[in-house]
Amino acid sequence: MSDGSRFAFLRNRWFTVSVGGTFLVFVFSFVVGFIWLPSAQDENAFRGVWNAMCGAAGDPRGWLISTEAPVAASHPTSTVVVTPDLLARQSAVLGVGRGATLALKCTMCHGTRGVSSADIPNLAGVDATSIYKQMRDFQGGARASAVMKPLVADLGDQDLRDLSVFYASLPRGSARDLGAAPDIVAVGAPMRNIAPCGSCHGGMDSKLGAPWLDSQPRAYLKAQLEAFHHGTRRNDIGEQMRNVARNMTDAEIDAAADYYAGNR
Amino acid sequence: MIFNKRLVLAHFWLAFAVFGVAILLGEWQMFIRSPLHGWLRNADLYYRSVTAHGTIMGYVFPTLVAMGFGYAFSEISLKQKLVGLRWAWAGFWMIVIGTLGAAIPVGLGLDSVLYTFYPPMVGHASYYLGVVLVVVGSWVWVVLMGVNLAVWKRANPGAPVPLPMFATVAGAYLWGWTAVGAASELLFQILPVALGFSSTINAGLARVLFSWTLHAIVYFWLMPAYIAFYTIVPRAIGGRLYSDTMARLSFALFLVFAMPIGIHHLFADPEVGSGFKFLHSVFTAMVAVPTLLTVFTICASVEIASRLRGGKGAFGWVKALPWDNPQMLALALSFVLLGFGGAGGLINMSYQLNSTIHNTQWVTAHFHLIFAGAIVIMYFAIAYDLWPHLTGRVIADLRMIRTQLWLWFIGMVVLTFPWHYAGLLGMPRRMAFYDYTAPGGDTQALTVMMSVVGGAILVISAALFLTVLIRNHRAQALDPGPYTFSKPVHEPVNLPFALNGLGLWVGLMIALTITNYGYPIVQLLQMHDAKVPAVYVGGKP
Repeated sequence: MSDGSRFAFLRNRWFTVSVGGTFLVFVFSFVVGFIWLPSAQDENAFRGVWNAMCGAAGDPRGWLISTEAPVAASHPTSTVVVTPDLLARQSAVLGVGRGATLALKCTMCHGTRGVSSADIPNLAGVDATSIYKQMRDFQGGARASAVMKPLVADLGDQDLRDLSVFYASLPRGSARDLGAAPDIVAVGAPMRNIAPCGSCHGGMDSKLGAPWLDSQPRAYLKAQLEAFHHGTRRNDIGEQMRNVARNMTDAEIDAAADYYAGNR
Repeated sequence: MIFNKRLVLAHFWLAFAVFGVAILLGEWQMFIRSPLHGWLRNADLYYRSVTAHGTIMGYVFPTLVAMGFGYAFSEISLKQKLVGLRWAWAGFWMIVIGTLGAAIPVGLGLDSVLYTFYPPMVGHASYYLGVVLVVVGSWVWVVLMGVNLAVWKRANPGAPVPLPMFATVAGAYLWGWTAVGAASELLFQILPVALGFSSTINAGLARVLFSWTLHAIVYFWLMPAYIAFYTIVPRAIGGRLYSDTMARLSFALFLVFAMPIGIHHLFADPEVGSGFKFLHSVFTAMVAVPTLLTVFTICASVEIASRLRGGKGAFGWVKALPWDNPQMLALALSFVLLGFGGAGGLINMSYQLNSTIHNTQWVTAHFHLIFAGAIVIMYFAIAYDLWPHLTGRVIADLRMIRTQLWLWFIGMVVLTFPWHYAGLLGMPRRMAFYDYTAPGGDTQALTVMMSVVGGAILVISAALFLTVLIRNHRAQALDPGPYTFSKPVHEPVNLPFALNGLGLWVGLMIALTITNYGYPIVQLLQMHDAKVPAVYVGGKP
């Protein structure tokens, strides 16, 4: 094998055959995968060898560019982008203090500790991001409410953030046992695209922007599910709730509202 | 002879103990998803179980088997005491700590992310740290295998490296390199999010990095089984290894082609260009070459054994094989499972056919057939072969061993064949519950119930396996004599440089990794807008 030269291995048959063979397999698959197969595409992005190669590598030289104007929205849409660090820069202590002061004007309906005895949503312990999003949507008109719109109209962004962390800091009841839940809540309906409620709203997992549903008033839950069902409420992220509620029967809406409302 | 029996036994016993736990979880999963059980009220219990089952069966169990097996085979084949014994024990304890650190949060429901992590899902950091610790512990073994070979080569310049050691080191280097992908994903992408330093993650890049590990890890699992095919079975049935060169070539080709193929797991992913998918598809097909070489060589080797026993005719020799020998039985059953699993694998790796079975139960069935079937049945055979040499006691339960192997084979067929069919019917994988009331659901219900029965048979088989090993520890003491490997028909006297070391093949492996993975990884690294918000499982950090 060794004849003293540093590059003697280049003349070794094992080296040349194994490296050469591997190289040939590579070249063959490259030609087929990057040139021949893309050339069967009938799009501009794949015309010519260079375009075909770039397209096959996942870096097309140009996409189909639409010349039409984007479709105008028929109704106001939510402008809130919900991310995990949406409220990350909140000072917990200061925010809760300011929020508590600002919340004095909310107590008439939402209760002094975020729990209401009327058919008004309970805010105690609800995820801050979802409270913030709803208030922004009331402000911008993405969610309609004759009561909430004037009340949040003059609040600044920092006010909304503080209010959200204040309400999120209040104590809430523990999650109910899923064992007693009706099927629609515990397992959803896989064939109708209905996920278990608990996979977003707590119980199994809490997803960002999904409010805490336990002990909300029955009338409120039912009204919101029906609004999603009929498409009259449209501020859900990525149409998630509309897609779920659209497929729910009246009996399932009642069962879910009953379960989450508990004894209320 | 094995000099450090306690070290090898510790690895094997930990491996088989966690295997015993994980197999119960697997059967429970099959049962609660079946129509025999009402719908699970808390889906997270299922995902918890799948995470534990996958982590143990995919990382802990085969890694420990490969390590214990490697330590034993390096000492026997090189006839030298293990160099770096303290390091070996340190690696073992890392795996113990890592396993516990990963298992506890999974049990508490803080990490239901499955063993493939699935970013942007992110769970509690201690699970990932535990997995990293298991990998680092196994890297100690990788280094030790290389060091022991180097020490031996210095002491025996120019002598042919014994085949068992050549193959063991090939497996070690493959694992050392392929674990880099998942380790980078964990260290640079997932852990920073799990520890709260960042809240976004480039999920596409994470998936590509994981695919770097995802398929080659299977060949790492497979190495001990193939080493047993070549070096244990022909000797155990009184034959000869048909070709030592063919064996070395197979292991070298595995080293080269196991690595640059992982993107065949991402055919349905949008973040990788279709050209690279095709490239990986072709190289995946190349992996069939060393497997077919192995099937040919081993069949030729057992034919030699049969002819020596008086087997005659074109097929008559099959009857004359020593079918009452557990090694023969394990080999045959393993080959049958490997044949079916391999056929399914060819369908998975084909760029077009993959779309019909993508993310269905077909895939789960495929890797259970290959790994849990063909490979694990050889792990049993390895344990049966080594145990008397580790304990110095006799294994007298031959009938129980044969029953165990048959039950494992039957159980695996009953589990996976209907499972494949369920996949063809479109049943998705990774689901805690199924709606059997849907149109066509009754057919699926039947297949799942059959799989539950298959799983139960496997549990019984596993219990028998553990029983045989435990009984051996109390059996009559008997010197088993020196441990030997199968002799090739032509003893290697003067091997070519390429088949006496792994440098050339490791070089090719790394070169192919660069050509097949370099561009997609660099491209995704530069896409900062590809970062998506993390989805926290089991609470925020």
